[in-house]
Amino acid sequence: MEIKTEDYTVRYDEATATVSCAGSLRLSGMEEYAPILHMLNEAAEQQTDALNLDLRNLEFLNSSGINVLSKFVINVRQRKSPQVNVQGSKKIPWQGKSLKNLQRLLPTLELSLE
Amino acid sequence: MAQIFGDYVDEQPTNVEHLIIGFSPTSIPLKQRWRNNGLSADFLADYLQTFFVGDDEEINIRAEIKSAVSYIANELLENAMKFSDDSVDYATSIAFHLHKDCLTFYVRNSIPKQNVLKFHRFIEDLLTQDLSDLYIKQLEKNAMQDSAHSGLGFITMIQDYGALLGWKFDSLMKEEQEINTVTTRVKLELPVKANV
Repeated sequence: MEIKTEDYTVRYDEATATVSCAGSLRLSGMEEYAPILHMLNEAAEQQTDALNLDLRNLEFLNSSGINVLSKFVINVRQRKSPQVNVQGSKKIPWQGKSLKNLQRLLPTLELSLE
Repeated sequence: MAQIFGDYVDEQPTNVEHLIIGFSPTSIPLKQRWRNNGLSADFLADYLQTFFVGDDEEINIRAEIKSAVSYIANELLENAMKFSDDSVDYATSIAFHLHKDCLTFYVRNSIPKQNVLKFHRFIEDLLTQDLSDLYIKQLEKNAMQDSAHSGLGFITMIQDYGALLGWKFDSLMKEEQEINTVTTRVKLELPVKANV
């Protein structure tokens, strides 16, 4: 499953239980983000054990996008599964600032910045 | 009379390195204009790089500043586009001032009169509540309801980027029509001195 535009790519790979986001996500609101949130929630439904969220190539995320990731994380918390592992990059400054907030919503979330 | 909230002072750009970008009201739909927010924000962030030269350690600091400017300018422009008053003829502008030890942004846009008080209340929450709690509360609230606007832009600027925010509300008459305006000021301290 893949959503691809000239600005960003969001891909769900069932075999590796990984949703990866790359590029710049600056969509204008929840309506535009709905297909991405849907993909995340579907992946979480299929992967009952663990799900990886690979953000290492996500250069930019606006606050509406932060809201989408938070919504997804709260959904996982309510379902009590799967284990969510977020991979980020130290080279992309916003990730070090904003991703740790996801752990406040879901303390079991693993966050690794490489 | 103008009403001020938070950390607001007017600044004259004279003698300070600055850029101003204006967005005139247009018939082009918001969706098509949306990409100009990101383009303008990235332009400001790239432009700024010229004023920071240094060693390897400073390269990281430059990347931090660039990322912060790009995020903040984009959020300010997104807000201005979403919340300005489409029924009046008033251009949105973003002014960006570079000082030796800080950056300031001024984004000015119209606002529908009926939204002014709601915005005042939102600002009062931002200025008086524990931000870290407010942030989580806002996320939990957004998860429960399908609100079109996340209300996270200003909170993340303060919480994640350490920005200082202020607002000036004003009104003016143009061709016998009252236009309500809001100017949002964001100040960001620089971790290294700029070469200006």
